[in-house]
Amino acid sequence: MATAAETARAAEARDRRDRWLLSAPGLIIIFVAAIGPLFVMLAYSFMEKADYGDVKFGVFSLEGWVSVLFQRDIFDDTLGLADAHLSILWRSISLSLYTTVLTLLFGFPTAYFIATRPATTREVWVFLVTIPFWTNLLIRTFAMQQVIRNEGLINTALISLGIIERPWQIMNTDLAILLGMTYVYLPLMVLPLYASIEKLDFRLIEAGYDLYASRWQVLRRIVIPLVKPGIVAGSILVFIPSLGAYVIPRVLGGGKSMMLGNLIELQFGAGRNWPLGAAISITLMALVMVALLFYVRNVSRSGASHG
Amino acid sequence: MPDQPGSNAIDVRSVRKVFGAGEYAVTALDTVSVSIRENEFFTLLGPSGCGKTTLLRLIAGFEYPSEGEILLYGKDIAGLPPHKRPVNTVFQSYALFPHMTVAENIAFGLEMLGRPKDEIKARVAEMLALVRMENLANRRTSQISGGQQQRVALARALAPQPKVLLLDEPLSALDYKLRKGMQIELKRLQHETGITFIFVTHDQEEALTMSDRIAVMTAGKILQVGSPRDIYDRPAERFVADFIGESNFLEAEVVSVENCRATVRLSSGAEISAAVPEGHSPSGRATIVVRPEHARIVPEGDGASLHGTVENVVYLGTDTHFHLRIDDGTLFVVRRQNSPDAAQGLAAGQRAGVAISADAAQLLRR
Repeated sequence: MATAAETARAAEARDRRDRWLLSAPGLIIIFVAAIGPLFVMLAYSFMEKADYGDVKFGVFSLEGWVSVLFQRDIFDDTLGLADAHLSILWRSISLSLYTTVLTLLFGFPTAYFIATRPATTREVWVFLVTIPFWTNLLIRTFAMQQVIRNEGLINTALISLGIIERPWQIMNTDLAILLGMTYVYLPLMVLPLYASIEKLDFRLIEAGYDLYASRWQVLRRIVIPLVKPGIVAGSILVFIPSLGAYVIPRVLGGGKSMMLGNLIELQFGAGRNWPLGAAISITLMALVMVALLFYVRNVSRSGASHG
Repeated sequence: MPDQPGSNAIDVRSVRKVFGAGEYAVTALDTVSVSIRENEFFTLLGPSGCGKTTLLRLIAGFEYPSEGEILLYGKDIAGLPPHKRPVNTVFQSYALFPHMTVAENIAFGLEMLGRPKDEIKARVAEMLALVRMENLANRRTSQISGGQQQRVALARALAPQPKVLLLDEPLSALDYKLRKGMQIELKRLQHETGITFIFVTHDQEEALTMSDRIAVMTAGKILQVGSPRDIYDRPAERFVADFIGESNFLEAEVVSVENCRATVRLSSGAEISAAVPEGHSPSGRATIVVRPEHARIVPEGDGASLHGTVENVVYLGTDTHFHLRIDDGTLFVVRRQNSPDAAQGLAAGQRAGVAISADAAQLLRR
């Protein structure tokens, strides 16, 4: 006869086994489809490139990593800074930061507006904000192209109003990418902001006014500190996909304004330099990690401050 | 009493407040006028929905009146936003800033007024001492108890030295014992700071304990303003008498009126004298009110104004309540304070008389 303790232990072991079995499909997908390929990329970045794409398997080389930032002179093989890569890196980071700031500037009033509507109409507004999610990214990007191209909405309007004579060249510039990313990623800023503004106790705002704070001071001293988790979450949600954006710079930036995503694609495609592509991919991931780290630190700090 | 403009802390003049419009319009305040004297503990008392909080919010500036003026020391403030009024509020929910410490909360108003740093520091220390919270200055507001949050809310509102402090049911979230303590504490703070307090409550006991004067409100109107004693002993309207304390209402015939007193004939035929509310000239039938402790049980015929049968004797520790069915069918309650040597006396079913103390009956306006 099994003692009660033994039966209990057996049941516990069975429970544990069942739990593993149930989570196995998920775990397998994560390992096979996400973590595994990452290790492949990491390995590729340290191998020598083959002549027609691919890598020379097992041949160790730092060339991929070196050429992220440096390029060899065609004639004497000396190393110089890879200006093209640096400017793409800089463009990616700065455009992503600008996008984050712009979506925050446009998104905050929008989210505040929605959060202060009566409960019944609020849902309608949230629904309107999420509508773009139902449309394919490529279609939305081409829609943006129709607005900003030389014969597009903006230029036709400005010319017919007599404000400008020749079309304002927006397409294929950094501005085009910035506009496109701001448009596409705005809902990702509005939704977390709305979620945290909606939780805001509006009596605190009354208390602020009562204690002689002006509108601006109430915003700065009470509203912003209290909705900071939403601001940080929205910023991260916009910054990370902006950094890795591929379709938007491809369509709106033309071949001239590239971002990291396009550079990576180039190395795996026409550039036939897989180790470099892998190294840039991992660099991009590291940048995202830094952004996430900032987020985690911020959230845990504000969490502690709220007791 | 005549009120000269400027001599009062607050003058509310014919203020109406209507929320919504058209057929959905709700009149929250219906032409209310009241004057609140300087350095007074003034209470707005009434059931929920009577408009007392609306009146407070109008004085604070969170709402603007549909009609009428609100004067602060003779100056019309009805159109000023809340941050331009030298008036502070203690909110029912306290509304402490959760991202600030106790000391930062108290300093907030002074910072917004742009006071120098040393002055703010000194004033915060003074306020912390006033509400006895010195050792919790650097705590987050979420880390202190409800009673402590209440004190911080008070200190925060008092710190900028407002001309008038508005308190919106600040004690309703506290348990009974704490509430009792805070009532005394509030009275002390008002005395020490010399600031005019306007206190909103639906708790009649709270109002009677703390106030210098009380305004009783219902359905957007102020029915009566007076000292707690006036309100309790001389209620002018049935609602006031009913809302505050226990009352016996008797139908009577007005026999004669002179100098604010009327002689009325009760259903028993006995004639008694009743006080008449100011500015009222009764005639015909009227209702008078008698508090249960202002009447005595006496043997029938022995100077009794009313006669009836004892229905119930309820022992309440400090008091005993005698429920009498008067001969005209109305129920009349007499309260007697218990003492060890008092005879137990009556039992249910016995006949008895009621003597109403001289000066105890009050004639009601309606």
